[in-house]
Amino acid sequence: MEYVLIIISAVFVNNIVLTKFLGICPFIGVSNKVDTAIGMSGAVTFVMVIATIVTYIIQHYILVPIGISFMQTITFILVIASLVQLVEIILKKVSPALYQALGIFLPLITTNCAILGVAILAVQKDYNLIESVFFAIGHAIGFGLALITFSGIREQLELADIPKGMRGVPIAFIIAGLMAMAFAGFTGMVK
Amino acid sequence: MSRKESTFSNMVVTLFLVTLVSSAALGFIYELTKKPIEDALLNKRTLAFNIVLPEFDNDPVNEMYRIAVEKDTFSLYLGKKDGKTVGIAVETASQGYGGEIKLIVGFLPDGSINEVAVLEHKETAGLGDKILKSKSDWSTQFEGKNPEDFKLSVTRDGGNVDAITASTITSRAYCEALQKAYNALITGGEQ
Amino acid sequence: MSQWKNFTKGFIKENPVFVLFLGLCPTLGTTNSAINGIGMGLATTFVLVMSNLVVSLIARLIPDKVRIPSYIVIIASFVTIVDLIMKAFLNNPGPNFEPSLYDQLGIFIPLIVVNCIVLGRAEAFASKNSVMTSLIDGFGIGMGFTFALLLLGSVREILGSGSIFNIKFIQGDGILLFVSPPGAFLALGFLIMLMNKLSRKIS
Repeated sequence: MEYVLIIISAVFVNNIVLTKFLGICPFIGVSNKVDTAIGMSGAVTFVMVIATIVTYIIQHYILVPIGISFMQTITFILVIASLVQLVEIILKKVSPALYQALGIFLPLITTNCAILGVAILAVQKDYNLIESVFFAIGHAIGFGLALITFSGIREQLELADIPKGMRGVPIAFIIAGLMAMAFAGFTGMVK
Repeated sequence: MSRKESTFSNMVVTLFLVTLVSSAALGFIYELTKKPIEDALLNKRTLAFNIVLPEFDNDPVNEMYRIAVEKDTFSLYLGKKDGKTVGIAVETASQGYGGEIKLIVGFLPDGSINEVAVLEHKETAGLGDKILKSKSDWSTQFEGKNPEDFKLSVTRDGGNVDAITASTITSRAYCEALQKAYNALITGGEQ
Repeated sequence: MSQWKNFTKGFIKENPVFVLFLGLCPTLGTTNSAINGIGMGLATTFVLVMSNLVVSLIARLIPDKVRIPSYIVIIASFVTIVDLIMKAFLNNPGPNFEPSLYDQLGIFIPLIVVNCIVLGRAEAFASKNSVMTSLIDGFGIGMGFTFALLLLGSVREILGSGSIFNIKFIQGDGILLFVSPPGAFLALGFLIMLMNKLSRKIS
């Protein structure tokens, strides 16, 4: 039950994009087509879960025991950067089909603040390993939900007659704002 | 500008040097800021004690007791003047509307509430954040009340507390946190 | 390009937020008040200037294939330094126990490390230019970023809380929507539209 709550809270109540403002760059950048949005969400889910597990282990078995938790930022970002590379290499060898689908998104993920953000938040919240995993899965689903819905709306938008100055990014932000309002309706759901 | 050729040895050496210099610099800065950071954290705590406790002359951090009530553990701090206990500060928390509400509650030795400070909250701006003293005087209704005869729940639930308009969940959570703190105080008094 | 142009390009023509759409997470996440916006902007500017400086100094010594990892280490170090300094000296709560600037910016301070602006300037500018030019570039872009955050923070604070720099000018609440997450998106959307119009007029 506790794990279900962590997931619901991460997907709806504390949606990473629409209420926590993490991962906005890919949210605006790769949301023109539903297909690419799905690919990006898959890649993010993959890396987010693995990164959270690895950073959890590093934080609790290396940084804290030898008293250098101030090195958190630098170690976490290096771990994420190397992890992304590693995932790319392994995926290429093991599953070329999956690599075809996710490959082009992987390099973009290192600088996706959602990954580092979730890793740091999981540590800050003092979650244990299993809770951290559910926390990461929840946030990844939340990211996917927001991104894919958003790209669906943006595809429709191509057909709409938008005032000239609003076209492109400005209208995207207005829509994101309206979506954030909808998601604000979930607040208070998890108690 | 010409790029430098990459060979295995010069890549390893470069990365090693860069990390070495960075870590050394960080270690140095960490040592420099260690004392001020500890002071700042201490200052935060002292400020909270100054708000919630009556005048005291000891260091409450040195008079800390951990009290377990059911499955939660609470930190109790004794404020003393001339060796006599003048107040007890209790750290407490509960789940509010937008997230956890963390409070520090000051009790007088007879069990009545002296003052309350909000350490952390994520309640809605303009509604739930009226629990803050800087936003409204809602929280003053608790001052001087003894939870022994002052029922810590909102009037709608049969208690003595006027809820914040349109923020019943926040008000309930606030009361719940106070009740928890009071329970910890009573349990602590018995020990 | 003259150094003056190099400095001012970050404000309108190459503004990281309004024109290049970079660093949007802290832009939205820390601008519920003007002060927070400035705080975040200046912290980022410090990292930008310092990493640009170091990268332009040592770019020639770094083998091509380990360029990006080295830059990331350098940037992460300066981010940690900012984090430690702010935790030590900008960490005092207000008289009514309002959270300190460090607490308000929270997770967005360590996240400067993944701000695309910083790595972008190091890789695309500082690694190819002289020390002085890189310094000015970092400072100019940083100031442009700060300007964007200040603008958005002011708009949101004025509309949302009826105050500016914590000085109230109306009684009671403002339009609360603007200090909440949805308002951040809406305000930025309209601001980008206005800036587009403005920059088109200038050029």
